[in-house]
Amino acid sequence: MALVRTGSGWADPERFPLDELAARSRPTSLAGERILPVVPALAQLLPGSGLRRGTTLVVSGADGATFLTLSLLAGPSSAGSVCAVVGMASLGLVAAAELGVDLSRLALVPRPGNQWPTVAASLLDALDVVVVVPVSGVRPSDARRLSERARHRGAVMIVLPDRHTVTKETRAAVAAGQRWPGPVDVRLAVTSGGWSGLGDGHLRCRLVEVAAWGRGSASRATRARLWLPSVDCRVEVAVAAGDGGSAQDMSAESGRTSVGEVDVGEVDVDTGALRLPPAIAG
Amino acid sequence: MPVRTLALRCPDWAVTAAGVPPDVPAAAVRANRVEAASPAARHQGVVPGLRRREAQGRCPALRVLERDPGMEARAFEPVVAVLEGFSPRVEIREPGECAFATRGPSRYFGGDEALATRVAEAVSQVVGTARYEGASLAGPGWRVGVADGPFAAALAASGGLVVPPGGSPAFLEPLPVAALGRPELVDLLGRLGIRTLGDFARLPEADVLARFGSDGAVAHRLARGLDDRPLSTRVPPPDLEVALELDPPAERADAAAFAARSLALDLHGRLREIGLACTRVKVETETAHGESLSRLWAHDGPFSSSDLVERVRWQLDGWLNGGSGRPGGRPTAGLSLVRLVPDEVVPDGDGQQGFWGGSGGIDDRGSRALARVQGMLGPDAVVTAVLGGGRGPSERVHLVPWGDPRHPRARGRRRAENLATEESGPWPGRLPAPSPALVHPEPLGAELVGTDGEAVGVSGRGIPSSAPARLSVEGGPWVGVSEWAGPWPLDERWWDPPSRRRRVRVQVLLEDGRAHLLCLECGRWRVEATYD
Repeated sequence: MALVRTGSGWADPERFPLDELAARSRPTSLAGERILPVVPALAQLLPGSGLRRGTTLVVSGADGATFLTLSLLAGPSSAGSVCAVVGMASLGLVAAAELGVDLSRLALVPRPGNQWPTVAASLLDALDVVVVVPVSGVRPSDARRLSERARHRGAVMIVLPDRHTVTKETRAAVAAGQRWPGPVDVRLAVTSGGWSGLGDGHLRCRLVEVAAWGRGSASRATRARLWLPSVDCRVEVAVAAGDGGSAQDMSAESGRTSVGEVDVGEVDVDTGALRLPPAIAG
Repeated sequence: MPVRTLALRCPDWAVTAAGVPPDVPAAAVRANRVEAASPAARHQGVVPGLRRREAQGRCPALRVLERDPGMEARAFEPVVAVLEGFSPRVEIREPGECAFATRGPSRYFGGDEALATRVAEAVSQVVGTARYEGASLAGPGWRVGVADGPFAAALAASGGLVVPPGGSPAFLEPLPVAALGRPELVDLLGRLGIRTLGDFARLPEADVLARFGSDGAVAHRLARGLDDRPLSTRVPPPDLEVALELDPPAERADAAAFAARSLALDLHGRLREIGLACTRVKVETETAHGESLSRLWAHDGPFSSSDLVERVRWQLDGWLNGGSGRPGGRPTAGLSLVRLVPDEVVPDGDGQQGFWGGSGGIDDRGSRALARVQGMLGPDAVVTAVLGGGRGPSERVHLVPWGDPRHPRARGRRRAENLATEESGPWPGRLPAPSPALVHPEPLGAELVGTDGEAVGVSGRGIPSSAPARLSVEGGPWVGVSEWAGPWPLDERWWDPPSRRRRVRVQVLLEDGRAHLLCLECGRWRVEATYD
C-alpha cells in the first residue's frame, strides 16, 4: 500500500480521511494544515494533499473538466462541508451523486446572470467550497476581489470555464485556457483522455491525464494518470498499463514513459503555462 | 403574583378554520395521524392521536382534511382582530390560542365576568355559526376563560370558567397532570403515582428541581399557580431589533415573507451570538400608506430560526389575505417595512457550535448567506437537488428551492421511505452508470447521419436503420463517430395518448474524443447530455 504525503507526515491512503480528521483535531493548527480532504486519487496532484483553505483553483481542459471538478467536490462534501456551484445550469447532478458528492449539502445557483460576482462573494463568505462558472466576461477587479475574499474567509474557490461549448472552434478557445485575470494558486488541466467500454455495451470508464501546476508550494508541476471515472464510478489512480483499459487506448500513449510515473513538465515562468513534452502535446 | 389573563382557546381549530360545521364529523390529519376532530367526530370516538384508518373505522362518514398551518393562521386573523378591540397587547401562542392581560379592560368593563361575556359575544360573531345565548363562555369551537397567569387561564378556557383572583391553586388542584403538556414528564409522574396537579404541587420545590431538572421546576411552578414565565427573563436592549424596508412595497405575502426570512435569520443569529434566545417576539409591519399592524407571538420555549420565519409568514399572510374580518380591512398598499422586536429573551441553553468549528452541516451563517442570495435573485434562484426515480439523467433530478423541505410531502418516516424505494426501484430502460456530467437544460439540435448517407432512424423494435457515422451539432461542422452504443428505447405512458412519449437514446463517441448522449424523438435527434 503506497503511502501518501499529508501536511503532517505520511499517511495510508485507505485511512486517509481519518488521519486528516485526526490532524485537524489537534489543538494548535498551523496555517498550512487547514486543508479540506479530497479523494485519495487527487491528493497527489494538490499541494498539501488536499484543498488548502483560502486558495483559488482553475480547472481547464477541453474534455473532462466538469468531471474533475465534481470529483474535487466529493472529498469535502462527504466530509461535511457545504459546497455551492454558481452559474452552471447544465451540471449533471446524477454524476455528482455517483462520484460521492452529498446532494443535501450542495447548493446550486444555476442562473445568476450578471450578478454572479456578487453572488459568488456572498457564498464565499459563508461556505467552504464554491465553484464559480463565469457566465459573462470576467473583469480583473472582480477576479482579484473574489480571490481575496476566498483567502480572507478561508474558503476554496474553484473556477471552471464555461462548458456550454460543443463545437470544435469554441472548444479550442476553451482549451487555450479561459484566462482568469486574478491570482491563481493551483491550475489543473485535463490534457488527454479516452473513453472505453462502448465495445462492451455502454460507456464505462475513461483514462485521462491531469496536470497540475501553480505558484507557491504548487510550483513543481505534477501529472497523474487517472480513471475519471473508473468502472466503479469513482476517481482512481491508473496503476498499471492495461488496467481496465482496452488496447486501442493504450496505443495512443505508447510514446510515453511508463504509466504511473509522475512526469514533470516544464513550466513557463512568465505565463505559468505548462509546456508539454513533444510526444504528448497536441 | 401572576398577571390576570383572559385566554381564548379554539380547540380543534384546524377543523373549525376549514369551515366545517360542528355537527359534521371531520378530522384534521397530519402524517396519517388525527390531530384535531370536530365535536360530532369526537362523539363517535375519534380523538387526536388515532391513526387515520382507525378513525375512519370508528366513523365511516368521517371527512378527512389535511392540516394546513398557513390556512389556520389566516383564518385566525379576524378572531385576533376582534380581541385587539379589547386590548392592544394580544399574545398569540399558535393559531387557535391567544391571550391578553385583563387589568385595564376589566376595570373598564366592570369586572372580569363582564369582560369575558363581552369577549365571548364578540368572538361568537366571528367564529362558528351559532348565535351567542349569553349564558356561558363556551360556544361551538371556542372557549373563553380568565385566571391568574396564562397557563391557568388556558385551562380555565377549556372549561369556560372565570377563576377568582388567588383561586388558581384551588382550581388547578384536581386537574390531571396531562394538562402540563410535557409528555415525558407526565409519563414519568404517572408512573410515580402522581396523577393530579395538586399532588405534584405538594412536592418540595428543591426536590423537584433536583430530580426533574429546570423544566420540571418550571412545571412545578405552573402546577402551584405561580407565574409561568421562565425564571430568568430579561428585557432585551433596544438595539436588538431588526428592520427591513421593502422597496418596492410587497403586495404579495410570499414576496414579503421571503424578504422577512433573511430578517428572521439575522435576528436569530444576532441573539445566538450574545448567548440569548427569544421566547416572545413582536412583529411589526407597515404599509406604504402608513397603516401598521403589530402582533405579539409567544412560544413555549425559545424560538428557533425556522419558527420565527414561519410566524412572520403567517402574520403577513393573514394580514394580506385574510384581513376581511379586521376593522381596518385589507391594507390599501403594499408592505413597506417589516420589523422584528424581541420582547422577551432567555439565556440560550441549547445550540452548540459544530464540533470542528462550524463545518459540520449547514450552520446559520451558511443559511443566511443562501437566504441573502435568494433575496437578491428570487426564491427559485438557489436550489438543491433531490434524486428521484426516472430513466434519464434529466428526469431523475428534482430541483427544490433552498429552504423548502427536500421531500415536499414527506411527512413522517413512511413517506421518506417511499421516495427512497421509488428512486431505487426497477426502471427498465434506465441508462447505466456513469452518468453524464453535463446535462443540457434545453437539448441541442443535431443531425446524425449513418454509413448509408441517410439520417439514422430507429425502428419500432429498437433496431437502427444504419450505424451512425457522423454528427453535426446545431449546424456546426461534421465530426465522425468512432464508436456508439445503444439504442435504449423508451415508450412511456403508452396507455395515455396525450402524454405518451416515445424516445430512443444512443451514446456516441466522436473522433475528437467527446462523448454525447443523443435522443431521437419524433424523428429529430437532439443532444441531451455530454459526458464531459
